[in-house]
Amino acid sequence: MSIAFKPDETFRDDYTYRNSLAAIRRFPFPFHQDQYMYSVNMEPHTKGPAGSVFENAFDIDEHYIAEMRDRAITLERDPGRCVSLPHMMDAEWDTLELIMESLSRDYPDMFTLARDGTRWTWTNKPLGIEQAFTFGDAATLPCPPFEYITRQTQGDFVIMDQRDNDLFADAGMITSQADWSLMFDAGMSFMEWHGPVPLAHELGVFERALKYLLMLQQGRPVRRLNWTMTINPRLDTSPETYPEWGPDRASVTPDNVGDKVHLRVELQALFRLPRSNGMLFSIRGYLASMNELATYPRWAKRLHRVLSTLPNELAEYKGLVRYKPTTLDWLSKFDDGEVLPAGTQPE
Amino acid sequence: MSSASLNVEIRRIRELAPGIREFSLSRTDGEDFPVYSGGSHIVLSLPLGDRPHRNPYSLLGDPTVRDTWRVAVRKQEESRGGSRWLHEQAREGMRIDISAPVNLFPLIRTGRRHILVAGGIGITPILSQARELARLGADFEVHYAYRGPEFGVFSNELEALAPGRVHHYVQSRREQIEFGSLLAGRPLGTHFYICGPAGMVAASMNAGKSLGWPESHLHSEQFLAPTGGEPFDVKLALSGKAFTVPSDLSLLEAIEQQGVDAPYLCRGGACGQCELEVLGAEGELIHHDLYLSADERASGKKIMPCVSRLKGGCLTLNL
Ligand code: FES
Repeated sequence: MSIAFKPDETFRDDYTYRNSLAAIRRFPFPFHQDQYMYSVNMEPHTKGPAGSVFENAFDIDEHYIAEMRDRAITLERDPGRCVSLPHMMDAEWDTLELIMESLSRDYPDMFTLARDGTRWTWTNKPLGIEQAFTFGDAATLPCPPFEYITRQTQGDFVIMDQRDNDLFADAGMITSQADWSLMFDAGMSFMEWHGPVPLAHELGVFERALKYLLMLQQGRPVRRLNWTMTINPRLDTSPETYPEWGPDRASVTPDNVGDKVHLRVELQALFRLPRSNGMLFSIRGYLASMNELATYPRWAKRLHRVLSTLPNELAEYKGLVRYKPTTLDWLSKFDDGEVLPAGTQPE
Repeated sequence: MSSASLNVEIRRIRELAPGIREFSLSRTDGEDFPVYSGGSHIVLSLPLGDRPHRNPYSLLGDPTVRDTWRVAVRKQEESRGGSRWLHEQAREGMRIDISAPVNLFPLIRTGRRHILVAGGIGITPILSQARELARLGADFEVHYAYRGPEFGVFSNELEALAPGRVHHYVQSRREQIEFGSLLAGRPLGTHFYICGPAGMVAASMNAGKSLGWPESHLHSEQFLAPTGGEPFDVKLALSGKAFTVPSDLSLLEAIEQQGVDAPYLCRGGACGQCELEVLGAEGELIHHDLYLSADERASGKKIMPCVSRLKGGCLTLNL
């Protein structure tokens, strides 16, 4: 297999998660310029450069096995992180088909899908799974189709039902969210769901995004990047487990910033689903510590400038007010004021 | 963002009734078609003379049959050529391009009961919706109205999908759908879908609204064929082109003929995708679309070029 997995790393307790040099190099650093502002910033989710996180429809990387184990732990503790309303069954199968087709096409050495009419056999080598089942018959899988396939795919997933010129979050597998709750949002419309984001409404961002998404076509997915920050490489920062990770925000000191503070970047992609006319929303998260990012001083400089000019409302919304000053201090060591060209590439 | 295209061969043509033909299409690359949802349409690019002519048609076949897609086409006498080409020139074995499916008339999966109504060739999206509801085991009924017994071309397929739940209305026998009684006293959670001639769609919507149905439970699909009209001049501000839209082309078609890529999905005034910003109009905008609000029309700032035109002088667009 072409990817050197790190099956034993952890995203909780002792936090042994780290990025290899290659993983840092492909990190989807999101800031093109020195200032950040909310925008629709969507582009076609077409095949990106080889090795980049945009190369494939669903990105699998060195953290795959460890992330899937972390998801299983979270689901064990709280099965409610995977939800699907009854009218979403077609959309569940759509999702399973899309992911199995994509992974077996993009990573043929790791995943294979053999189809004989509705008799399908799925092989997942990294996780050691071989499953024969009947497409369309949920009883032939160990769990419902959406849960089955998203227990084997990095990133969080929401399936939206489209009706009444709106999108409703009617199914989801959410175990690595940046402080929002599926239990809370299930069944909500697109506008309700995005209710709390400051500034974006005034800019009309969501109205435009919704209008655009309602017309999303089959076979023409779109993507965007979003970001926030997290203390410790923790995937499960849900409101439900706030007591476990909330206090960490107060634990940042000038000595541990580089290790503890992480930039969390989400590669969000949207796919029109064929049978159900629903929409799959995939949120693939990437975490890099300040130390890891600063291996490319250009990134450290740019992040320093973005954070220092970030409007307060956004800093509060993203929950980084507490440790922003310490982080800025630390990053300022790297910022010599050099004029940076637009772009996100590492140097 | 115009639609991705697939090349297909016309595998089979069936004469279903006077003026109604069915086309079975297969991909020329030997691949399977993607799955689609009930109510979806595709756009056919037809080789009319030196320019492709694009018309939307609903998919009516069984989505699980992935080597063939079916559409049915009624010959429109006032047609500018698309349906006439399909009736007079199209032959089995010919190849054409089609777009990927788009669904602007989807079923509401949270619905408890579904009432489907088809008028004439409006049966095509209704048939694929009925197939989907039958597969899902949903509670539904179909009301199918047509001119004379020979025009009930999909009666057998419908009956097979929904035995005992298909109601026929044959105009030549003076049978007509009474929307008032059809829509009265329906349980909460019922959704209504109609595809048919404009007058019939309007009558059903009015009946629903006056009975207190929420608009979110009344669904209709109506494709407007772009009508011709008087020629007018156009300037494209961004691409710097200036040309005249002839009477037999839509504004969108004329733009495309200039080699300018303009967005579209339905080409029937329904989806909103082709919206263009009007920078100046010497003359009156003739809005034929179903998309813009009354306010938007009054503002004179927007036009849907797939169906709308200008009466008079020159139109300047931000394209
Ligand atoms: S293309 Fe749909 S409204 Fe013009």
